[in-house]
Amino acid sequence: MQNNILEYLDYTVKRVPEKIAYSNGETGISFREVYDQARAIGTFLNRQGVYKEPVVVFMNRHPKAIVAFYGVVYAGNFYVPIDEEMPRFRIELIMENLNPRAIICDETTKDIVETFQYDGEIYLYDDIVKTPIDEDVIDRIRQASIDTDPIYVVFTSGSTGIPKGVVACHRSVIDYIEHLSEVLEFNEDTVFGNQTPLYFDACLKELYPTLKFGSTAYIIPKNLFMFPIRLVEFLNEHRINTICWVVSALTMISAFGVLDETVPEHLHTVAFGSEVFPMKQFNLWRKALPNAKFVNLYGPTEATGMSCYYIVDRDFGDDEVLPIGRPFRNTDIILLDENNRIPAKGEVGEICIRGTSLTMGYYNDPERTREVFVQNPLNNAYPELIYRTGDLGRYNDRGELMFISRIDHQIKHMGHRIELGEIEYNVNLIEGIKSACCIYREETEKIELYYVGDIDSKDLAIALKKRLPRYMVPNILRALDEMPLTANKKIDRVFLKEHYAKNKRGTK
Amino acid sequence: MEELLEILEEMHPDVDFTTCDTLIDSNILDSFDIIALISEIKLEFGVTIPPDEIIPENFNSAKAMYELIERLSD
Repeated sequence: MQNNILEYLDYTVKRVPEKIAYSNGETGISFREVYDQARAIGTFLNRQGVYKEPVVVFMNRHPKAIVAFYGVVYAGNFYVPIDEEMPRFRIELIMENLNPRAIICDETTKDIVETFQYDGEIYLYDDIVKTPIDEDVIDRIRQASIDTDPIYVVFTSGSTGIPKGVVACHRSVIDYIEHLSEVLEFNEDTVFGNQTPLYFDACLKELYPTLKFGSTAYIIPKNLFMFPIRLVEFLNEHRINTICWVVSALTMISAFGVLDETVPEHLHTVAFGSEVFPMKQFNLWRKALPNAKFVNLYGPTEATGMSCYYIVDRDFGDDEVLPIGRPFRNTDIILLDENNRIPAKGEVGEICIRGTSLTMGYYNDPERTREVFVQNPLNNAYPELIYRTGDLGRYNDRGELMFISRIDHQIKHMGHRIELGEIEYNVNLIEGIKSACCIYREETEKIELYYVGDIDSKDLAIALKKRLPRYMVPNILRALDEMPLTANKKIDRVFLKEHYAKNKRGTK
Repeated sequence: MEELLEILEEMHPDVDFTTCDTLIDSNILDSFDIIALISEIKLEFGVTIPPDEIIPENFNSAKAMYELIERLSD
């Protein structure tokens, strides 16, 4: 039985060594190059005595970054992807949590790392891949590895202001890749077009099936997602047939009427998730690609990638919502009501996940881990963890799982999972702010910030950009004389949302 | 031009849109900004930008965007 994710690569490199594994359209890396360079990095890290610890990969969006991930795993460590898009403040929080001894950089990110408060080692990718491979060392590390050893830590928004590092192991990733591949029917002829950032678990969908099947994955340059016609041209030029994108990347193409002019002609599999697909847009896609397979995916990072899928098998009206369907094989979904009981048929409950797909929890954070990775309340007989997603769901008449809403103030914005509390925490740290509240307006897809304080919205926006990733910076900032409060002296979110209607640009 | 600058400054108060002509090339605007811009332009100027005009050259500066709006409103 496979117990290490890299067995996919060990096997595939023997079969199709010269095939391109990863490319960005300009530079392609073959399986042999991936294999050799990753083992060179593995040998190098071992020589430095880096073993069973987090190794930060701080590189630009490029196939080399993926090779660096595998190099870290060959050395028996786990990778932590960081991107230059992340603001410095957030990177520092992450470094504080990890306390890493090694960072792998490229030429451009090296200069940034050198300005950090960091006394570990900085290794340049292009240097360390020149290390002669020591097969014995690589073999020995593999012999000692078990499938509950971690592969990566990715950071997700935390409501207290501190990001949480989700730790995933070989076993849960193998489980995910096997069952995802079965549903989406990946094979050697699959040509992936990756859209999601390499610093989230969303990119697992392309990275590891490529190794498993000897497919090819194009890491699509980020800038193309601003220019829909160019993007479709890229898909066609590289004969991309399979995409797993966030909904907003798909609607960017359909909403501007691109599908009337040009169609991604090789696409046969379109998977999407992370947010609700507006039906009008979805139907434009279906009309443009009547023979393609469309799959709605759902799942939290804490249960490794995605947990549920729905293969679209019927027509949907513009006012309907796509189901999230059913769990992947070997994953179980339990709905629980407020009393930790299974709700009556068709009633709403919290979506809880059970199975090998559960990650190990949050890195260096037992407290927040214990809040959501809990003993299955339906089982008092032996230890068994479930993950409480905080998402509410119910089954429809067809027995398909439907996503209803969140329990708390977590939102999905442009495919990113965001805790409004994290934004508020950061606003409150800025000088002059007395109180602050964020709301999300679904109709306009905008994050609105209301605040009381002696700072104008322009200066506040500038200050926030230094602390928060771009997708978390509120789209509308509005100063108030006083904050509306409920009878219990809490900020009245409902009042804010209803009273300050969708005026177009909020600062008036 | 005033209205356009107002829209842009709202998005990025830290950028001088009267002079910057590398809004795309320097990664100042991202895909969310472009989507938001296109819908704001439609609201404010009643101009629908067709897909083949959504290209980097038309969004690299406020001036280029304004010329595009003028051209399309004729």
